Amino acid sequence: MIRARCEVLSSRKNGAYHSVTLVAPEIAEKARPGQFIEVAMPEGRQAFLRRPFFVHETSRRGGWAGTLEFVVEPGGFDTRWLADVKAHQFLDVIGPLGKPFGYPKRRVGCMLVSEGYGAGPLYFLAEELQAQGHRVDMIVGAPSQDLVFKPIEAKRLSRTIAVVTEDGSIGDQGHVIDVLPSAMGRTRSQVVYAAGPRPMLRAVAEYCRSNRIPAQVAAEERMACGLGMCWSCVIPVARRYGQGYDHIRACVEGPAVNALRILWDRWGDVASMPATPPEGFPAVEGLTELVERPTGV
Amino acid sequence: MARARPVLSVDLGGGLRLRTPVLVASGCFGRELGHLIDLRKLGAIVTRSLTVQPQRGAPTPRMAQTPSGLVSETGLQNEGLDAFREDELPLLQKLGVPVIVSIAGRTVEDYVHLTVGADLMRGVGAVEANLCSPSRERDGRWFASSPEGAAEVAGAVSRLTRLPVFVKLSADTTTLAATAKACVRAGAHGLTLVHSLPAMAVDTATFKPRLAAVTGGLSGPAIHPIAVRAVYEVARALPEAPILGVGGVTSWEDAVELFLAGAWAVQIGTALFSNPGAAIDVTEGIQRFLRERGLSSPADLRGRMIEPEAPRVEVTQ
Repeated sequence: MIRARCEVLSSRKNGAYHSVTLVAPEIAEKARPGQFIEVAMPEGRQAFLRRPFFVHETSRRGGWAGTLEFVVEPGGFDTRWLADVKAHQFLDVIGPLGKPFGYPKRRVGCMLVSEGYGAGPLYFLAEELQAQGHRVDMIVGAPSQDLVFKPIEAKRLSRTIAVVTEDGSIGDQGHVIDVLPSAMGRTRSQVVYAAGPRPMLRAVAEYCRSNRIPAQVAAEERMACGLGMCWSCVIPVARRYGQGYDHIRACVEGPAVNALRILWDRWGDVASMPATPPEGFPAVEGLTELVERPTGV
Repeated sequence: MARARPVLSVDLGGGLRLRTPVLVASGCFGRELGHLIDLRKLGAIVTRSLTVQPQRGAPTPRMAQTPSGLVSETGLQNEGLDAFREDELPLLQKLGVPVIVSIAGRTVEDYVHLTVGADLMRGVGAVEANLCSPSRERDGRWFASSPEGAAEVAGAVSRLTRLPVFVKLSADTTTLAATAKACVRAGAHGLTLVHSLPAMAVDTATFKPRLAAVTGGLSGPAIHPIAVRAVYEVARALPEAPILGVGGVTSWEDAVELFLAGAWAVQIGTALFSNPGAAIDVTEGIQRFLRERGLSSPADLRGRMIEPEAPRVEVTQ
């Protein structure tokens, strides 16, 4: 992890989203898909915490070498401020942070499932998986057409792509989970990666769990520091051996997490949280073996 | 005339001498910080509060940002005494910074157990007894909420260790000075002031609390003036007791303010989340300030606020 003052190379509208490209050679060199950066907000503000963003793309070669792109969904004050930064402004950035996605050990088909703004880290992953010789197929979902994230880019990065919108304004009408089973059969994918809103991640994880498909998700939880110090962004994860579960930090032990080990009904909504069964939680065995962390990170 | 370079080191008594008067507050340090700053430039590290048994902690969301503040509740997530001693402490000791172990319990017995455990750890500089966790013996109220409760813990732990014991209190009480006095009388070496303040935030879109635990502790710049007043009040009541001032310290001015109110050293917490270099920046700022003012050490600032001759409050009816 490095802290750097990074010049904004470009800042441009990207459908409903906003892309910011930074000159950040040291961070771009080290960043892997699934990792994120923490961007400082202007000084003297009431809201003083940094904001986390997944690394959407890095360029290590060519004219754009040493640059890094992240995507903002303008909403609150911070994100609107970021969407408003101009080229040649400087941002205080810490990165790359967190554990990246693991890659398959042998050559397999990979299904990348995303919804809305969550697609950010998966396009970077698609590039890396392709470079390693894996087949990549994608399902890209969104509430409506204008919120589909970079569909042309997705087409370029995948063998096949399925677009799903809730209102049916483009592609199939429905949710990504509706088309996942048929897409898995059609493409013979053996590994699933997912990023996006929590209910969608949960649906994908439950599908993969009942079909014994290895899956990793980019887990997001509200974080104060992103550096591993504040213990805010924890996720309930079943222990690999033995019973019980632990709260792991999304910023250090994640964001890329084995989806099958996440205890979804203990994550977040306290009101619906079930009591711990007297026999404890089942251990999650196997399924973790297909994927491994990239070496050197 | 060339002025001598100010000495930043501070002697907190009880064998605890720190290279700088700027510590990292409990709950805000991770070894990850070592990637970004030279940890040997820190005065000391206060660990996350340690409990006897491992704690999984509160569900999420655990934090909410509020104006100039952070409301958070981790539920004291930590690895527990045994795992801390076996796994974490050896790594902390390699960092070249004094370690102060923060302890939290639900019963006096917990604090006793933890103090004995900390006392046996090699390379620990002091114990900080966090008296702001819910107490089973006091109907869920904090030990810190009454002089008797606080003194009971302070007395029990101070007798059991050769390490200096700092008692961490909250400003959320009308009896702060009396509680601090009772702790020192019972044997505490010094005080850490203040703990985060009880607070909450509600989401107006969903009608739900913004923290899963509903309530949490407020930290950050919003509580700094409260910390200054707490330090001032306790320092006047107990001029001999070392006080570690903590609460919203973000800049060197905030630290100097606490020194002037009576703090011997300061702790930095929430500021590190947005500026991991905050402790170093504050330390350098203090050094610059001392040099400019021709002062030789932070102790020269301690309690040096100029009191008005007769504090006057005019009441109009």
